[in-house]
Amino acid sequence: MVTAEAVWDALAEIPDPEIPVISLVELGVVRDVEVEDGRVRVEFTPTFLGCPALEVMRDQMAAKVRELGAEPEIRVISDDSWSTDRITPEGREKLREAGFAPPAPRAAAAPQLVQLQRGPFRCPYCGSTETELENIFGPTPCRSLRYCKSCRQPFEQFKTI
Amino acid sequence: MVSPVLRRVSERAPLLLPIADDELVLGWRNSEWTGIAPFLEEDVAFSSIAQNEIGHARALYELVAAELDTTADELAFDRSPDEYRCSAFVELRLVPDWAKTIARHYLYEQADEQRIKALMESDDDEVSGLAAKIDREEAYHRMHAQMWFDRLQDEPRFVEALEELRPLADKRGEHIPEFAELWDEMTMVRRSVVGATW
Repeated sequence: MVTAEAVWDALAEIPDPEIPVISLVELGVVRDVEVEDGRVRVEFTPTFLGCPALEVMRDQMAAKVRELGAEPEIRVISDDSWSTDRITPEGREKLREAGFAPPAPRAAAAPQLVQLQRGPFRCPYCGSTETELENIFGPTPCRSLRYCKSCRQPFEQFKTI
Repeated sequence: MVSPVLRRVSERAPLLLPIADDELVLGWRNSEWTGIAPFLEEDVAFSSIAQNEIGHARALYELVAAELDTTADELAFDRSPDEYRCSAFVELRLVPDWAKTIARHYLYEQADEQRIKALMESDDDEVSGLAAKIDREEAYHRMHAQMWFDRLQDEPRFVEALEELRPLADKRGEHIPEFAELWDEMTMVRRSVVGATW
């Protein structure tokens, strides 16, 4: 009989389709796992609503549950329960090691332009905070582009959501 | 002719369809800058904003679709042109006019913020939850629009564009002639392969 813990462990093996250094569990998008009579219900939240990886994630989770011998029901929950604050400490460290600056913690309110332009964002390569905003947007909806003036390296900054 | 699904009763449809249609159509218009924006950073920005807006449209259509027992794709692409409830403002094809594009972007994000904040107060938990999620993303669109407003606010062409477009922001009801062509482009794939899923 499959347990919720076994499902969580299996889901932790699925890499994020766009940033494969981090798993879906580390990304914090798996909200709930329920096991009942051989059926496994997984609730997950998209990071961004326009994320093209949504279907891929859903199919991969369903496949993992089937590997455990259970029938999956994967529900996409488009509510406000995901924030970049849900990325685990291990996930943040993996992002940084791969050259993605992890998101700044979300304050009570939405981030402001002046914070992105003047705030102390740290370069994931050399650790300097002498970095500047190049583009609010980047190669995927979840990232911004910054430039480190110390090591002259452009890098991607995870947006705070 | 009214699409069969729209004859069913939905409390969400009158509230959410105008917003979803705006986001779909504006997302489409913004994507027209992909590959041809004045510089690379804006190519990236407008493509990303377009992707977000279409994602918001999909999520809003899904909430309406759940009540009407249909799908987001049917609502997005199977209605006739006169059934779309978007504003004339988002229908305008503004490529290659950068000043007007930024003026619309700025005015749209201001107006959109108001209605999304109102939806966040909805008694319908799915609507208020989705609106709050949309707002997290829109915060970045607003920052981008503000950055350009700060840069262009003294430019006569930009000021003229704001004055020209501002009265259109709330104009809803009749489509402009350009919409027919947009609808044709937007629904072409769906109409050519009946029943296809992607």
